[in-house]
Amino acid sequence: MNRITLLIAALCGALCGYGLSLSTMIDPKVVLSFLQLRDLGLLLVMGGALVVTLVVYQLAPRVLARPVLGRTWDRHVATMNAQTLVGAAIFGMGWGLCGVCPGPALAGIGAGFADLSVALLGMFAGAYAQGRLAGVLSQIPTAR
Amino acid sequence: MIQQLFPNGVEHYFVGGLIVGAGIALLYVLTGRIGGMSSVFTTTWSYFSRAAYFAQERFTSARAWRLAYAFGLVLGGIAFVLQTAQTGEPRSTGIPFWQLGVGGALVGFGARMANGCTSGHGICGLASLKGSSLAAVVTFMIAAIVTAHLVAMLGAHR
Repeated sequence: MNRITLLIAALCGALCGYGLSLSTMIDPKVVLSFLQLRDLGLLLVMGGALVVTLVVYQLAPRVLARPVLGRTWDRHVATMNAQTLVGAAIFGMGWGLCGVCPGPALAGIGAGFADLSVALLGMFAGAYAQGRLAGVLSQIPTAR
Repeated sequence: MIQQLFPNGVEHYFVGGLIVGAGIALLYVLTGRIGGMSSVFTTTWSYFSRAAYFAQERFTSARAWRLAYAFGLVLGGIAFVLQTAQTGEPRSTGIPFWQLGVGGALVGFGARMANGCTSGHGICGLASLKGSSLAAVVTFMIAAIVTAHLVAMLGAHR
């Protein structure tokens, strides 16, 4: 992994962190007011981000043979199976309980919400448990 | 109508979203990487744990840039505070610790089991036109809306 790639990753992460802060999605109360259907702003945030990403994800591989500084275009690893759906349901329950997901937790800590570090520690702990239980969880039958 | 659906205005939401999209899109054009934000919780464990799951090549090969990406997210939050000349003093979300901790653990567990979170499925997956991501987004939106209503009803947060 060369240093340029790391620098670019940090820079792009910073853009995301700045945008999440500007959109106020780093404040769990704003996210919870969306989930309680009192302010639909989150749809505009996701919509704005999706429009830009959709255009670039679809066009870039058709226009460029390879990424500007990379070798291959990665592909999203998601597959349609029970793991994805059960995992998404668990994720949704957690999101509805705390009002914060991974990106906003990181950006929010930078923006001064010190107690989001509790949520961040929870996320690391949850990911650890998922990794250790992955063998058992893979026994869940695949949806057809 | 607009005022009712978006009582706090629309512009900062949409512009913020465009900037998030710009970050994810730029990462893709320059490096070819898919910039979901929950993978870092798994890839970082590969530095500390010898468990076979974390030692997979797909995690160890991505752990450096994913950690840099996560640090960038924190820096972006700092930059926003500096630029808008807020005090930058530690503040509180007002959400009880148990909700942040338990909710965060479920978020980490579920996102990694599903191979994606709000950004991984909601932005990157949908932008990749993946049906599985659409199914994931619909599932976690329903689960989150139901949970948030239940918690509000029980009076834990408002």
